[in-house]
Order: sequence, then structure tokens, then C-alpha cells
Amino acid sequence: MVKKSLQRLYLFLIFVFLYLPIIVLIVLSFNNSRTRVVWGGFTFDWYISCFQDEKIMSAFLTTIQITFLSALISTAIGTLAAFGISAMKKRGQTICLGATNIPLLNADIVTGISMMLLFVRFMDLGFMTVLAAHITFSIPYVILNVLPKLKAVNRSTYEAALDLGATPLYAFYRVTWPEIRPGVFSGFMMAITMSLDDFSITYFTKGPGVNTLSTMLYTELRKGIKPELYALSTILFFIVLIVLLLGNIRPQRKAQQL
Amino acid sequence: MSKHLIEFTDISKSYDGSLVLDELNLYIRENEFLTLLGPSGCGKTTTLRLLGGFETPDKGRIHFDGADITDLPANERKLNTVFQKYSLFPHMSIAENIAFGLKIRKKSKSYIEDKIKYALKLVNLDGFERRSVDSLSGGQQQRIAIARAIVKEPKVLLLDEPLGALDLKLRQNMQYELMRLKEELGITFVYVTHDQEEALMMSDTIVVMNQGYIQQIGTPEMIYNEPENAFVADFIGHSNILDGTMLEDRLVEILGVRLPCVDEGFGQNRPVDVVIRPEDVELVSPAEGCMEGTVTSLIFKGVHYELDVMANGYEWLVHTTKHIPEGTKVGILVTPFNIQIMRKPESSDEKAVEVDV
Ligand SMILES: Nc1ncnc2c1ncn2[C@@H]1O[C@H](COP(=O)(O)OP(=O)(O)OP(=O)(O)O)[C@@H](O)[C@H]1O
Ligand SMILES: [Mg+2]
Repeated sequence: MVKKSLQRLYLFLIFVFLYLPIIVLIVLSFNNSRTRVVWGGFTFDWYISCFQDEKIMSAFLTTIQITFLSALISTAIGTLAAFGISAMKKRGQTICLGATNIPLLNADIVTGISMMLLFVRFMDLGFMTVLAAHITFSIPYVILNVLPKLKAVNRSTYEAALDLGATPLYAFYRVTWPEIRPGVFSGFMMAITMSLDDFSITYFTKGPGVNTLSTMLYTELRKGIKPELYALSTILFFIVLIVLLLGNIRPQRKAQQL
Repeated sequence: MSKHLIEFTDISKSYDGSLVLDELNLYIRENEFLTLLGPSGCGKTTTLRLLGGFETPDKGRIHFDGADITDLPANERKLNTVFQKYSLFPHMSIAENIAFGLKIRKKSKSYIEDKIKYALKLVNLDGFERRSVDSLSGGQQQRIAIARAIVKEPKVLLLDEPLGALDLKLRQNMQYELMRLKEELGITFVYVTHDQEEALMMSDTIVVMNQGYIQQIGTPEMIYNEPENAFVADFIGHSNILDGTMLEDRLVEILGVRLPCVDEGFGQNRPVDVVIRPEDVELVSPAEGCMEGTVTSLIFKGVHYELDVMANGYEWLVHTTKHIPEGTKVGILVTPFNIQIMRKPESSDEKAVEVDV
């Protein structure tokens, strides 16, 4: 009994440490007062002025564009790469996977600086360089999600489809694709969260004038606290939460149906 | 004889430099039940995959119904395969699985429904339309795979060890069902197995393969009674295979004893392999036999006893219905008709017949 309640307490403490800062942030975003220490009543004002702020809105738009474009493109490239890797011999697979995993483990700041150095050599920093950077660091996540699914695909089902008269394209679409779709989908979700989440790489590869939400937050916060930013952070948090829930719930429900 | 439906001409195939099939020549007649029989890794699946269109040969041509199909993609060939590994589409229901090939052919809805009913009846799984693939046992899955293949009304059905994963009882049932199915459909079956009993029981023609070479082609009776070489004899059943010398026509020497036989045309003083089946060895009193030996072991096998008899330095395998205790002195007698003489492999081509069991 004691052990059980201790376990509960421990779990509770972990969640407090994990979520208390976010809860504070959320609460403050509704606080009708310019200072942090006083509770001045409940308000939606910060949300309203947040949506009226041009800087915030343009950063928001940029973020959405970067996130979806980079997720789409990296999902396409990563899925194709997974196909290539799965067709390789054992040795080639190990080398390729190692090569794609290194950027995952690399410190973001190192990746960010090295990309910046590369990009400034060939082009001006701006929207395109941020997009390219996001695509690059998302690809390994997609590969890691698709490859296991691809390996689990039974090759003889594809051949059986051919045997029954399907063209290679139709066989892929009807037989292989349904089996790897959950992996591609979760890879896409991962790419979205990674892209939304990123600060350091974006910070180094963006040109002047281009801002995503996270870099905009950073520059604004340095100038001084604006409660609009609490509202913005709260929105950002819930977007990521929803994306994650979507990514996790869908495959589970699918599994239950079977 | 009915016409040749499929012909393999000088087919060679290698993977990563190792030769799997070497100059294979084979024809398959219309409405034949032909079985490829051989130990694991001898190239049976490879042969079938070449026919199904999943591999292309390095050399040689394959003809089907008079037309060259060597380079025809799998989806355009008029034959269907039941694969060695389970290959049902897991995210489709049983009915959708069976309908897959028919939908590609753009058949009408009612036609497809009739066909599904008919096929499920044929494989004794009526009413399974809406079941999911996971909910089926291995044997049921394999039967659905057969149903899915036959609704396309192929001229030839290729089956790659379809019963390999099933238990003995189910396998025996399925063997009868497959034979019945073949009768009902009246099509050609090309069947792959490494189980010699299965092959002997089901086939019209057996092709015995080893290491990419065809060892013998013939009816089950021919393969069993007159194996052409030591490999076939050994693979088809446990047998006494002895080194011998053909002294002249109708006279062979084994283990230092001269025995009359019925074979001719081997030349004089030629080394040969001699096969004597365990059930053809008669045990008599020591004085009456052509060789004297001692029973070294006795195992009860149900219908008969299986004995080991040591005679002239060779351990004979003998099947008999008499109970002869260990240590008994016996005489071994073989009638000339039951001595099977086989040429020893000579050229390097024939190396594959070396018995390695
Ligand atoms: N895709 C492949 N790549 C490399 N080697 C292969 C490939 N497919 C088959 N082989 C080799 O070719 C040889 C013949 O294989 P095959 O599958 O035809 O044997 P099999 O007679 O069907 O055996 P089993 O009874 O075990 O199924 C084997 O040595 C196998 O390792
Ligand atoms: Mg095989």
C-alpha cells in the first residue's frame, strides 16, 4: 500500500516538473496584468492582440509554410530513400543508416552553423535556406519511421499481386502502400513536429527579415516580455500536442480494428 | 500423348556467381500433374519462379503454348502461382483477396461474387468471405491462396510446397483435396515438394532434381522401381546402394559375390552402382543364401520389421514381416529381377548425383 502511494507520488512529481512550466505559461497567457506576479483577472486580450500583431502573424505564416513544405518534401525523399536502403545488401544498409543517423545525434547548433557556412557560400540566406535545412534534418526521421515497415512487408504479397495480373504500379498501390502507409504517416508527423520545434538550425540559416515563430519569440523576448508571446507560445504548444495526438492515435485505432 | 504446353530449353540461372540451374531442359504436357522433387536448395523454387515470371534466366528460352514467354512480365502470363510463403493480402478480407485478380480483369460484380462462392466451395471453406486473413489457420490460408489463384482460370497452376507448413494429418487431407481439385479443373499442375511420398502419391510425372541438375524424369513407378542413379535411389527411399562391378551382361559382382541379374549393355568389368530395395531382400537360412550375415538390429515399424544385417562388410537394410531376433545368423537372397544396376557418374556434369545425405 505504502509502496503504491509512493509510486504514485513519484509519478506525480515527474509530471509536475514536466508540465508545471507550461501550465504557468498557459495561465499567464490569460492573465489580465502586465506583470507576472499579479493575477489581474481572466482575459482573451493577449490572444486578440497576438493575432493583430503583424510581426507575429508573418512569423506564423512563414512557420506554417516551412513546416508543411519541409514535411511533405522530406517525407517524399525519406520514403524513397527507405526503399533504396531496404533494397541494399546488409553492408550498404549499415553504412547508409549510420550516415543518416549522425545528423540526428549531432548537436543542433553544430548542424546549424555548418549549414549556414555551406549556404552562404552559394546563396543568400532566407526562406529557401531555412526550408532546405528543415528538409535535411527531417529526412532521417522519415527514414527511421518507414524502414521498419518496409522490412516487415512480405515480398511475396507484392509478387502475388503481379501473379494475379496487377501491373507493378497497381501492385505497389494496392498491396505495398497500405502496409507502409502508417510508417509514412508517422514519419510525416515527426517531420512536422521536428520542424515546428526547431530553433537553433533555423536561427543560423535564416536571413534577415525571415522569422519563424521560435526565432521571432527569441528576438522579441530579448527586447522585453510581451504577454502576447505567452498567448502565442500556448497556441504553439497546443498545435504540437494535437499533431502528436493525431500521429499516435491513428495507428492505434487502426490496430484495434483488425 | 498430349502436346507439350511448356518447354524449358537450356535454361541456366546463377545468383551472385553461383550456378543454381545449369542447362535445364524440361517439357510439361497439357493436363499433367508434374512434380519437381529434390532436397532443399536444389533449385525447385527457382525453376518455378522462372516459369512464373519473377526471375529471368541468364541463358535459354521458355515457351508456353508455342509462344516464347522468356521476357514476358509476370502479370501477363496465363498461369498462377501458390507461393511457398503465405502471400494473402493482410489488409483485405478473404473475399477481397479472391476478387483481386478478377477486379483487375474488370469482371462484373455478379460474376465476381459467383466466382468467390464457387472457389470457396472448391477449397471447402464456404462462408469465409468476410473473415480476415489473420483469423485463418495456416492450412486455411493456403487454401484461400489456391482459391485466389484458380478463380483466374489459369491454364497452369504453379504450387510451391503449398503444404510445407502443415501438420501431417492436414497435409494428407490437402493432398487428396489437391488431387480432386486437379480432376475438377482439368488443368496442368506444376508442383514443388521435397517430400518424396507426396510426390509419389500425387504426380503423373516426377522430375527429381539435385544441385540444379535434373537427375531423372519419369512416372512415380519408374522413379521408384528403376532409379537411374544412386542419388535418385537414395532420395526416393532408404535403400541398399552398393559398389559393384558389371562383369558381363547379366552378371554382377558385389561384396565379392557374383550374382545373376537382368541388366545388359554396361560393357565388361565396368564399375556400377547396385540398388537393392529393403523389401526385396529375402532372409533365408545361412546355407541357402548367397551371402551369410548377422542381424545387428531390429525395429518394429508397424507393418513390418526393419532389420540391419551385417554381411560381407556391408550393413544391409531389410524389411520383413518375420520377427528375427538380434544376433541370428541368416542368409541373404536376392532374385535377379530385383537387382537394379546403375551407371556410375562419370563426367563432371553428373557429379551432382554424389549422395550427400
Ligand atoms: N534471390 C536469391 N539470391 C541469392 N541466392 C538465391 C536466391 N534465391 C535462391 N538462391 C539460391 O539458389 C539455390 C536454389 O534455391 P531454391 O529456392 O530454388 O531452392 P529450393 O529447391 O526451392 O529449396 P527449398 O526446398 O528449400 O525451398 C539456393 O542455394 C539458394 O540459396
Ligand atoms: Mg523452395
